[in-house]
Amino acid sequence: MIGLNHYLILSGILFSIGLVGVLRRKNLLMLFFSTEIMLNAANVAFAAISNFYNDLSGQMFAFFIIAIAASEVAIGLGLLILVYKKENTLDLDDLASMKG
Amino acid sequence: MFEQIAFYLFSVLTIGLFLITVFSKNVLYAMTSLASGMVLIAGFFFLVGADFLGVVQLIVYVGAVMALYAFGMMFFNVTKDLKEKTTSNIWVMIIGVTVALLMTLMFGGAINPDAIYASLPINSSMTNPQAVGMALFTKYLVPFEVAAIMLLIAMIGGIVLAGKKMDKSLTDAEDEKIQPKDVK
Repeated sequence: MIGLNHYLILSGILFSIGLVGVLRRKNLLMLFFSTEIMLNAANVAFAAISNFYNDLSGQMFAFFIIAIAASEVAIGLGLLILVYKKENTLDLDDLASMKG
Repeated sequence: MFEQIAFYLFSVLTIGLFLITVFSKNVLYAMTSLASGMVLIAGFFFLVGADFLGVVQLIVYVGAVMALYAFGMMFFNVTKDLKEKTTSNIWVMIIGVTVALLMTLMFGGAINPDAIYASLPINSSMTNPQAVGMALFTKYLVPFEVAAIMLLIAMIGGIVLAGKKMDKSLTDAEDEKIQPKDVK
Protein backbone atom coordinates (compact mmCIF):
# COMPACT_ATOMS: atom_id res chain seq x y z
CA MET A 1 0.00 0.00 0.00
CA ILE A 2 1.27 3.42 -0.91
CA GLY A 3 1.44 5.66 2.13
CA LEU A 4 2.30 9.26 2.80
CA ASN A 5 5.98 8.47 3.29
CA HIS A 6 6.29 7.14 -0.25
CA TYR A 7 5.13 10.46 -1.64
CA LEU A 8 7.30 12.47 0.73
CA ILE A 9 10.41 10.46 -0.14
CA LEU A 10 9.64 10.89 -3.84
CA SER A 11 9.17 14.61 -3.26
CA GLY A 12 12.52 14.78 -1.43
CA ILE A 13 14.29 12.98 -4.29
CA LEU A 14 12.78 15.29 -6.89
CA PHE A 15 13.67 18.35 -4.81
CA SER A 16 17.29 17.22 -4.50
CA ILE A 17 17.47 16.61 -8.25
CA GLY A 18 16.38 20.23 -8.72
CA LEU A 19 18.88 21.39 -6.11
CA VAL A 20 21.72 19.52 -7.80
CA GLY A 21 20.70 21.20 -11.04
CA VAL A 22 20.76 24.67 -9.45
CA LEU A 23 24.19 23.98 -7.94
CA ARG A 24 25.69 22.33 -10.99
CA ARG A 25 24.45 24.14 -14.07
CA LYS A 26 25.90 27.40 -15.30
CA ASN A 27 23.31 28.28 -17.93
CA LEU A 28 20.56 30.60 -16.73
CA LEU A 29 17.86 28.76 -18.67
CA MET A 30 18.86 25.49 -17.03
CA LEU A 31 18.68 27.18 -13.63
CA PHE A 32 15.09 28.12 -14.44
CA PHE A 33 14.29 24.52 -15.36
CA SER A 34 15.79 23.33 -12.07
CA THR A 35 13.69 25.75 -10.05
CA GLU A 36 10.60 24.44 -11.84
CA ILE A 37 11.56 20.92 -10.73
CA MET A 38 11.91 22.09 -7.13
CA LEU A 39 8.53 23.85 -7.19
CA ASN A 40 6.89 20.71 -8.58
CA ALA A 41 8.45 18.55 -5.89
CA ALA A 42 6.93 20.82 -3.25
CA ASN A 43 3.58 20.58 -5.01
CA VAL A 44 3.64 16.78 -4.92
CA ALA A 45 4.31 16.86 -1.17
CA PHE A 46 1.46 19.35 -0.59
CA ALA A 47 -1.04 17.31 -2.59
CA ALA A 48 -0.06 14.05 -0.86
CA ILE A 49 -0.31 15.58 2.63
CA SER A 50 -3.68 17.07 1.65
CA ASN A 51 -4.92 13.61 0.71
CA PHE A 52 -3.57 11.65 3.67
CA TYR A 53 -4.65 14.14 6.36
CA ASN A 54 -8.01 14.75 4.64
CA ASP A 55 -7.36 18.49 4.51
CA LEU A 56 -7.93 20.73 1.51
CA SER A 57 -5.41 23.40 2.55
CA GLY A 58 -2.51 21.55 0.94
CA GLN A 59 -4.16 21.71 -2.45
CA MET A 60 -4.83 25.42 -1.97
CA PHE A 61 -1.16 26.05 -1.26
CA ALA A 62 -0.26 24.07 -4.37
CA PHE A 63 -2.57 26.30 -6.45
CA PHE A 64 -0.87 29.44 -5.23
CA ILE A 65 2.55 27.89 -5.84
CA ILE A 66 1.49 27.22 -9.44
CA ALA A 67 0.29 30.82 -9.82
CA ILE A 68 3.59 32.14 -8.44
CA ALA A 69 5.57 29.83 -10.71
CA ALA A 70 3.65 31.09 -13.73
CA SER A 71 4.37 34.73 -12.96
CA GLU A 72 7.98 33.90 -12.16
CA VAL A 73 8.39 32.37 -15.59
CA ALA A 74 6.75 35.34 -17.32
CA ILE A 75 9.02 37.90 -15.63
CA GLY A 76 12.09 35.67 -15.65
CA LEU A 77 11.94 34.89 -19.35
CA GLY A 78 11.55 38.60 -20.10
CA LEU A 79 14.68 39.31 -18.08
CA LEU A 80 16.52 36.41 -19.77
CA ILE A 81 15.70 37.83 -23.20
CA LEU A 82 16.99 41.23 -22.11
CA VAL A 83 20.22 39.68 -20.77
CA TYR A 84 20.69 37.75 -23.99
CA LYS A 85 20.13 40.89 -26.08
CA LYS A 86 22.70 42.77 -24.02
CA GLU A 87 25.40 40.16 -23.46
CA ASN A 88 24.71 37.59 -26.19
CA THR A 89 25.18 34.76 -23.71
CA LEU A 90 23.34 33.13 -20.85
CA ASP A 91 26.36 31.54 -19.17
CA LEU A 92 26.87 32.67 -15.61
CA ASP A 93 30.66 32.58 -15.89
CA ASP A 94 30.58 34.93 -18.87
CA LEU A 95 28.09 37.22 -17.18
CA ALA A 96 30.37 37.78 -14.16
CA SER A 97 31.30 41.42 -14.51
CA MET A 98 32.71 42.18 -11.08
CA LYS A 99 36.28 41.27 -10.21
CA GLY A 100 36.64 39.64 -6.87
CA MET B 1 -2.60 -2.86 -6.66
CA PHE B 2 -3.05 -0.52 -9.63
CA GLU B 3 -2.20 2.41 -7.40
CA GLN B 4 1.11 0.79 -6.54
CA ILE B 5 1.92 0.01 -10.16
CA ALA B 6 1.04 3.57 -11.19
CA PHE B 7 3.00 5.11 -8.33
CA TYR B 8 6.20 3.20 -9.00
CA LEU B 9 5.95 3.61 -12.77
CA PHE B 10 5.36 7.36 -12.48
CA SER B 11 8.12 7.70 -9.89
CA VAL B 12 10.76 5.98 -11.98
CA LEU B 13 9.75 7.87 -15.11
CA THR B 14 9.61 11.25 -13.37
CA ILE B 15 12.96 10.83 -11.68
CA GLY B 16 14.54 9.68 -14.93
CA LEU B 17 13.07 12.54 -16.95
CA PHE B 18 14.09 15.17 -14.41
CA LEU B 19 17.60 13.69 -14.28
CA ILE B 20 17.76 14.12 -18.06
CA THR B 21 16.59 17.73 -17.60
CA VAL B 22 19.31 18.45 -15.07
CA PHE B 23 22.20 16.67 -16.78
CA SER B 24 21.43 17.16 -20.47
CA LYS B 25 23.75 19.25 -22.60
CA ASN B 26 21.04 20.13 -25.09
CA VAL B 27 18.45 22.71 -24.07
CA LEU B 28 15.77 21.23 -26.33
CA TYR B 29 16.15 17.78 -24.79
CA ALA B 30 16.04 19.31 -21.32
CA MET B 31 12.86 21.25 -22.08
CA THR B 32 11.10 18.27 -23.65
CA SER B 33 11.90 15.95 -20.77
CA LEU B 34 10.85 18.65 -18.29
CA ALA B 35 7.48 18.95 -20.06
CA SER B 36 6.89 15.19 -19.98
CA GLY B 37 7.94 15.07 -16.33
CA MET B 38 5.30 17.72 -15.60
CA VAL B 39 2.66 15.52 -17.25
CA LEU B 40 3.63 12.65 -14.96
CA ILE B 41 3.52 14.97 -11.93
CA ALA B 42 -0.09 15.65 -12.92
CA GLY B 43 -0.54 11.87 -12.78
CA PHE B 44 0.56 11.94 -9.13
CA PHE B 45 -2.06 14.60 -8.44
CA PHE B 46 -4.75 12.38 -9.92
CA LEU B 47 -3.47 9.48 -7.80
CA VAL B 48 -3.88 11.42 -4.56
CA GLY B 49 -7.37 12.54 -5.49
CA ALA B 50 -6.53 16.16 -6.29
CA ASP B 51 -8.33 16.12 -9.64
CA PHE B 52 -8.64 19.85 -10.17
CA LEU B 53 -5.00 20.40 -9.21
CA GLY B 54 -3.95 17.81 -11.79
CA VAL B 55 -5.93 19.56 -14.52
CA VAL B 56 -4.47 22.92 -13.50
CA GLN B 57 -1.00 21.39 -13.59
CA LEU B 58 -1.61 20.13 -17.13
CA ILE B 59 -3.04 23.43 -18.36
CA VAL B 60 -0.73 25.87 -16.60
CA TYR B 61 2.57 24.00 -16.49
CA VAL B 62 2.51 21.81 -19.56
CA GLY B 63 0.36 24.16 -21.58
CA ALA B 64 1.39 27.67 -20.63
CA VAL B 65 4.78 27.54 -18.91
CA MET B 66 6.43 25.09 -21.27
CA ALA B 67 4.98 26.90 -24.29
CA LEU B 68 6.41 30.11 -22.87
CA TYR B 69 9.81 28.44 -22.52
CA ALA B 70 9.54 27.15 -26.08
CA PHE B 71 8.76 30.66 -27.32
CA GLY B 72 11.51 32.16 -25.22
CA MET B 73 14.02 29.71 -26.60
CA MET B 74 13.44 31.10 -30.09
CA PHE B 75 15.44 34.10 -28.91
CA PHE B 76 18.36 32.04 -27.72
CA ASN B 77 20.72 29.97 -29.81
CA VAL B 78 19.84 26.46 -28.69
CA THR B 79 21.02 24.41 -31.64
CA LYS B 80 24.54 24.22 -30.22
CA ASP B 81 25.28 22.04 -27.22
CA LEU B 82 25.90 23.93 -24.03
CA LYS B 83 29.51 24.24 -23.00
CA GLU B 84 29.69 24.76 -19.27
CA LYS B 85 32.53 24.65 -16.83
CA THR B 86 31.35 22.29 -14.14
CA THR B 87 33.10 22.57 -10.83
CA SER B 88 33.64 19.75 -8.32
CA ASN B 89 30.72 17.48 -9.06
CA ILE B 90 31.35 15.40 -5.94
CA TRP B 91 30.48 18.24 -3.59
CA VAL B 92 27.33 19.04 -5.50
CA MET B 93 26.23 15.41 -5.24
CA ILE B 94 27.08 15.28 -1.53
CA ILE B 95 25.04 18.43 -0.88
CA GLY B 96 22.13 17.09 -2.92
CA VAL B 97 22.02 13.72 -1.17
CA THR B 98 22.41 15.36 2.25
CA VAL B 99 19.47 17.64 1.57
CA ALA B 100 17.40 14.64 0.44
CA LEU B 101 18.19 12.79 3.65
CA LEU B 102 17.51 15.89 5.78
CA MET B 103 14.17 16.49 4.12
CA THR B 104 13.15 12.87 4.52
CA LEU B 105 14.04 12.96 8.20
CA MET B 106 12.30 16.31 8.60
CA PHE B 107 9.06 15.14 7.01
CA GLY B 108 9.13 11.57 8.24
CA GLY B 109 10.54 11.85 11.72
CA ALA B 110 10.07 15.22 13.31
CA ILE B 111 6.35 15.65 12.74
CA ASN B 112 3.98 14.14 15.26
CA PRO B 113 1.07 12.90 13.14
CA ASP B 114 -1.39 12.87 16.02
CA ALA B 115 -0.95 16.59 16.60
CA ILE B 116 -2.06 17.46 13.08
CA TYR B 117 -5.71 18.22 12.54
CA ALA B 118 -7.48 19.23 9.37
CA SER B 119 -8.20 22.94 9.36
CA LEU B 120 -10.22 22.59 6.16
CA PRO B 121 -11.62 19.03 6.11
CA ILE B 122 -12.50 17.49 2.78
CA ASN B 123 -16.26 17.16 2.48
CA SER B 124 -16.94 13.76 0.97
CA SER B 125 -20.34 14.76 -0.36
CA MET B 126 -18.73 17.15 -2.88
CA THR B 127 -16.48 16.31 -5.78
CA ASN B 128 -12.96 17.67 -5.69
CA PRO B 129 -13.46 20.63 -8.08
CA GLN B 130 -16.56 21.66 -6.12
CA ALA B 131 -14.72 21.51 -2.82
CA VAL B 132 -11.80 23.47 -4.26
CA GLY B 133 -14.16 26.12 -5.56
CA MET B 134 -15.92 26.42 -2.20
CA ALA B 135 -12.61 26.78 -0.35
CA LEU B 136 -11.07 29.12 -2.89
CA PHE B 137 -13.96 31.58 -2.90
CA THR B 138 -14.61 31.62 0.84
CA LYS B 139 -11.56 31.04 3.01
CA TYR B 140 -8.90 31.81 0.42
CA LEU B 141 -10.67 34.68 -1.35
CA VAL B 142 -8.13 37.37 -0.43
CA PRO B 143 -5.06 35.31 -1.47
CA PHE B 144 -6.94 34.46 -4.67
CA GLU B 145 -7.46 38.14 -5.52
CA VAL B 146 -3.87 38.97 -4.61
CA ALA B 147 -2.67 36.17 -6.87
CA ALA B 148 -4.84 37.58 -9.66
CA ILE B 149 -3.25 41.02 -9.28
CA MET B 150 0.21 39.41 -9.17
CA LEU B 151 -0.48 37.54 -12.41
CA LEU B 152 -1.66 40.77 -14.04
CA ILE B 153 1.53 42.55 -12.95
CA ALA B 154 3.62 39.64 -14.22
CA MET B 155 1.85 39.75 -17.58
CA ILE B 156 2.43 43.48 -17.98
CA GLY B 157 6.02 43.08 -16.83
CA GLY B 158 6.64 40.27 -19.29
CA ILE B 159 5.23 42.27 -22.19
CA VAL B 160 7.23 45.37 -21.25
CA LEU B 161 10.48 43.46 -20.73
CA ALA B 162 10.40 41.16 -23.74
CA GLY B 163 8.29 43.17 -26.15
CA LYS B 164 10.84 45.84 -27.09
CA LYS B 165 12.32 45.60 -30.57
CA MET B 166 10.66 42.32 -31.39
CA ASP B 167 11.07 43.09 -35.09
CA LYS B 168 14.85 42.64 -35.05
CA SER B 169 16.37 39.19 -35.27
CA LEU B 170 18.91 38.33 -32.63
CA THR B 171 20.41 35.14 -33.99
CA ASP B 172 21.11 36.48 -37.49
CA ALA B 173 22.88 39.58 -36.25
CA GLU B 174 25.31 37.96 -33.85
CA ASP B 175 28.22 40.31 -34.58
CA GLU B 176 26.59 43.68 -34.58
CA LYS B 177 25.12 44.31 -31.19
CA ILE B 178 21.67 45.76 -31.23
CA GLN B 179 22.04 49.17 -29.71
CA PRO B 180 19.32 50.27 -27.32
CA LYS B 181 17.31 53.15 -28.67
CA ASP B 182 17.28 56.40 -26.74
CA VAL B 183 14.55 56.46 -24.18
CA LYS B 184 12.36 59.51 -24.37
